[in-house]
Amino acid sequence: MAENIIVYGLVWSGVYALLAVGFSLIFGVARIVNLAHTAFYMLAAYLIFHLNTAVGLNVYLSVLLAIIIVTIAGTISYRLVIARIRQHEATTLIATIALAVIFQEAVLKGFKGTFVSGPKLISGETEIFGVGVLNQHLLTFGVVLLLLLGIWLFLMKTRTGVAVRSTAQDREVANLMGINVPRMEMITMAMSAALAAIAGALVAPLGVLTPGMWMHPLIMILAVVVLGGLGSLKGSLIGAFILGFSENLVVFLAPSGAFLKTSVALTIMIAVILVKPEGLFGIVFEEERG
Amino acid sequence: MNIFSTYLSRFYKFLRGEIFVLPSRTVALLLCIFLLIFPLLSPNDFTLRVLIIASIYAIFAASWDLLSGYTGQINFGHALFFGVAAYTAGLLNYNLGLAPWATIPIGALAAVLAGLIIGIPCLRLRGTYLAFVTLAFPLILLGIIQAIPDITYGELGIPRVDPLAGSRVASYYIIFPSMIVLGFIMWKIADSKIGLIFHAIREDEVTARASGINTTRYKLLAFCLSGLFAGIAGGLYAHFVNAGPSTLELLLSFQVIIWAVFGGIATIYGPIAGVFILYPLQKIILTRYLGVPAELTMLIFAFIVLIVLLFMPQGLITWLRYKTEKICPRCKLQNVATRSECRVCTAQLD
Repeated sequence: MAENIIVYGLVWSGVYALLAVGFSLIFGVARIVNLAHTAFYMLAAYLIFHLNTAVGLNVYLSVLLAIIIVTIAGTISYRLVIARIRQHEATTLIATIALAVIFQEAVLKGFKGTFVSGPKLISGETEIFGVGVLNQHLLTFGVVLLLLLGIWLFLMKTRTGVAVRSTAQDREVANLMGINVPRMEMITMAMSAALAAIAGALVAPLGVLTPGMWMHPLIMILAVVVLGGLGSLKGSLIGAFILGFSENLVVFLAPSGAFLKTSVALTIMIAVILVKPEGLFGIVFEEERG
Repeated sequence: MNIFSTYLSRFYKFLRGEIFVLPSRTVALLLCIFLLIFPLLSPNDFTLRVLIIASIYAIFAASWDLLSGYTGQINFGHALFFGVAAYTAGLLNYNLGLAPWATIPIGALAAVLAGLIIGIPCLRLRGTYLAFVTLAFPLILLGIIQAIPDITYGELGIPRVDPLAGSRVASYYIIFPSMIVLGFIMWKIADSKIGLIFHAIREDEVTARASGINTTRYKLLAFCLSGLFAGIAGGLYAHFVNAGPSTLELLLSFQVIIWAVFGGIATIYGPIAGVFILYPLQKIILTRYLGVPAELTMLIFAFIVLIVLLFMPQGLITWLRYKTEKICPRCKLQNVATRSECRVCTAQLD
């Protein structure tokens, strides 16, 4: 029991962290609430399955291809749809939901929407402290850690990363300092879509794929980013681990936990937000200059 | 007889002076009359069912607009009000055998209570935080409902809720006129001083407070009013369709925003029109008249919404109004776009 809670807690917290960091990045830089974020994750998982079984490509090649395709799809949908209507907040929300529904229905139509499970990247299990852990779970957690480290290094150490962070802090001043703001937004959007795709690649072998699988992670990452504070990457990370573990604790310990896991996670989010309205590590955005 | 003809001529004058001067109002009136006599023309059961559900959703979408469109408190979990009222009405009817005329008001009151309960903590939040926190409430309730199937009947919903009326035509004549009346009430509220204060809160809350408006009280009022109307819609839904988990789902919360934004927010008539365009389109027109296979309707629906929003980000009805009407710079009344001077104060229109 305890080992299950720890393993599943770590794996799902990691996946939520990847998704929430991507969501937070694009929100911080471009102030876009991209509700289609987890649809990219669903799309990637299905593409991997399809490329691997129907087209017959190698697992690794299909993962790579899927990530590239989803990244392109993300940037195209940003260019064609989101960028045009972003000044209308409510319209952006609806348009991104419409995008998510389009992806869902396209998957349903294209891949028949049967419940399938993706190919395992590696098989076997390793013994850690006397507990057998699937290598796939270890791989998932390792990739999450590496990616988060990579994002941190990118944002902190590279010139582009500094430019992205300064755009997030203040678009106008960043623009005046000679940073190409629209380009930074494109880069961030591509990164965010790629992160979602990688999360999808990591989840594909773990569970069952359904075209509606974007809904639950979407709720969870919205809760995670609010809990951690909008636009704060550290907050997203810690929020993901709090909610990921609380979800798994409820599933394994409470009666009829599978129904209550979302309720408990969201209640924790609301309890925190009532005490600290800007989230754990929230940055209070100053009113945007008109 | 004399009094009668006086009233008739006064009514005719009202029609000519207030309704026929604007094509939008004429079209709205004609559509209302058409939908009122529709069951007499073609009493097709399925079409009536779609129109009845569209009426219920129209009340629901307009109530979202009253809260989120006017005060700018974007509510992502509007299904909470709908579901609370539907479950209250359904459970009262199934367990205690109360009649619909009693359960629907009690359900609406329960929704008002829900509005108060979520309104008070949400007062401290704004913008995106508010949207995401409100999103959580119906999902929490949904989890609880599914976890205690002994009381709430879990996944399948309440087994049997009494229908509103014996026949479908009778249900239609209860629900459609109540939609018009409730829509009119909401429009009047939004047009009154309260609506003006709601506008002010959306535009600039700090300035509204500095002008001596108790914004906290008005925001709570918006939550309660919106809950009341959404609750009536939920109660009607419970008695017409059923009360099940689908009344609390995330998709319903999103759907109501899609309808409202598609029609145009902060107008009340926009969301109503949005529902009456999109819901029958999705349920009848695409499959029955355009020959689209059923599994593609959702895809086409999403594309239509996306394309309309790309070219008319303010919503379809708002866009149409901008194209066909001008506002008089002096007396702020609507005029047909073809006029060169105002129909009332004869000021030059630009």
